[in-house]
Amino acid sequence: MAVKFVQGNEACVEGALYAGINFFAGYPITPSTEIAELLSLELPRRKGGFIQMEDEIASMCAIVGASLTGSKAMTATSGPGFSLMQESIGFAIMTETPCVVVNVQRGGPSTGLPTCVAQGDVMQARWGTHGNHSIITLTASNIQDVFGMTVEAFNLSEMYRTPVILLFDEVVGHMRERLDIPEKGEVEVIERLWTSVPEGTDFHPYLVRDDGRLPMSYFGGVHRHNVTGLVHDMWGFPTTDPGMTHKLLRHLVDKLEDNAELIARYKEYYVEDAEVLIISYGSSARSALHLVEERRQRNESIGLLELQTLWPFPTELIRNKCEGREMVVVVEMNMGQLMQEVKKAVGRPERVFLSNRIDGTFISHKDIKNTIRLIQGKGV
Amino acid sequence: MAVKDYIRERFFPQMWCPGCGNGIVMNSLIRAIENLGYSKNDVVVVSGIGCTARMSGYLDFHTLHTLHGRALAFATGVKLGRPRLKVIVPMGDGDAAAIGGNHFIHAARRNIDVTAIVVNNRIYGMTGGQYSPLTGLGLKGTTAPYGSVDPAFDLVSLCMGAGATFVARTTAFHAPQMTDIIEKALEHKGFSVVEVMTQCPTYFGRKNKQGGPVDMMKLLKETTTPIGSKAKKENPDLIERGIFIQEERPEYCEAYQELTKKAGGRNV
Repeated sequence: MAVKFVQGNEACVEGALYAGINFFAGYPITPSTEIAELLSLELPRRKGGFIQMEDEIASMCAIVGASLTGSKAMTATSGPGFSLMQESIGFAIMTETPCVVVNVQRGGPSTGLPTCVAQGDVMQARWGTHGNHSIITLTASNIQDVFGMTVEAFNLSEMYRTPVILLFDEVVGHMRERLDIPEKGEVEVIERLWTSVPEGTDFHPYLVRDDGRLPMSYFGGVHRHNVTGLVHDMWGFPTTDPGMTHKLLRHLVDKLEDNAELIARYKEYYVEDAEVLIISYGSSARSALHLVEERRQRNESIGLLELQTLWPFPTELIRNKCEGREMVVVVEMNMGQLMQEVKKAVGRPERVFLSNRIDGTFISHKDIKNTIRLIQGKGV
Repeated sequence: MAVKDYIRERFFPQMWCPGCGNGIVMNSLIRAIENLGYSKNDVVVVSGIGCTARMSGYLDFHTLHTLHGRALAFATGVKLGRPRLKVIVPMGDGDAAAIGGNHFIHAARRNIDVTAIVVNNRIYGMTGGQYSPLTGLGLKGTTAPYGSVDPAFDLVSLCMGAGATFVARTTAFHAPQMTDIIEKALEHKGFSVVEVMTQCPTYFGRKNKQGGPVDMMKLLKETTTPIGSKAKKENPDLIERGIFIQEERPEYCEAYQELTKKAGGRNV
């Protein structure tokens, strides 16, 4: 096992390399640039492809193209670049092309606060591209988990044939901590499921197997097939047939939403008996944990549920964990994007509160403590 | 093999209007590939959105039908992901020079080994006849009812300036020349561009009173001339066709291969 002292963006690169990335296309943008810089160093050494494209649109398109030749492909960006990628993220969803998109969030909207922290892209990750769809979005609050979630992102993208968004934030991206890199084989790496259909036999790139998976072929292989962003049949050819359209859209959504609990990654701290349950994710979960540990020393009944999967939203998990709490406080650095989802999931939405900051300043344990005191009528 | 061995027959008849030039271009492309003897499994056709972009669906190669303007960006990922593949990008003038203009000039600058066939009918056909960056001053489209005030690009100069190492122009009237040029473009190591001037009788011809397909093809014959011809000296308004540039410059994927050696590249 190698031990390193790295920033989050570097841990993301280590995770991608561990998962077997062999193609990266990107465009410089704060605060994600280190990911591109480090991969420009590492990928050529491993005979992988690295290219700095002319913009984020092209970067996203290039990773989809490379993935279709059989590569494990990733891009990395931040707010404005993530906006530009939305159309081609939709293309990856529609064509069921595995790929990983890292968004190290910064303050928005627009150019916003390029060097400051925010978590304002939670809903954009879910609904940024047009049309009915579902998506996997993972996040992490510390450097070790950035590594782990990056490996998970590649694994889930191959498992479900879908783009996976890694929604980090500026604090996680730039802070430094210890990283233990596991030996090869210690953490599972899922490889692409190739079709076993022999040459000369009709290959259906979009025919769902009984286990829900869709084996792939690749450009340059023996199965020439069509890949289109249009609604398509099991061969990948365009269709406007209402039945097929309905079936395809349901498949794109159901393959993720039906497996939401399987895809859900989370951590629990002192949750069992907590009267006050904090739900948080990303860097704000660090401040939440700080507060929980501090208050537990004073025998206060408070716990933290840290979400690492944001989408598909783990509705069952949230409902179960929130059951019977005195209050649920969602801590995030936006205006309640995830809080609204929590409210929708629980039986007592009036007991769900928001503790947030939207001013580019990192939310502290004191900020959260003050919010809780206000909710409890104690004043600050 | 016969031409029909390269098409997905179940999708015929194709969706292009009667008199459209796209069928002629597709035929020339197939003949060029057949003459070169490429294996169908080694060819990837990447296209964007528009009438021309529909070509990918009719061809029995690996085919990728993408987003408007983005074909070359996808193609860059395909080519760099598996450099031994032949990557061909049929695109319309709007696809290449308007929404995809940035990707077009950067593909040319990198000199990546991709062949772009720009089928220039000077109008957006798929959406019903709006003016494009190739329509030209004074000419009409459904969004230029009084005549366009937008000057047109010269595609040949544009991609030469951007660094393409093979640039040619031909027309739908000159089909044998087109086949010959596409063959040379496909064999060229680097970014190759073939502009094919073509007729859109349904929209451009109708809006600009150029007559039917036959009249429009006659016009392609009459308004063009081989590069450096005597006719061009006598009439500078004639549009030249032929190969404008065919030069050697390090190809992007090969240059990248060299870079991986410099970096101590090893297979993992």
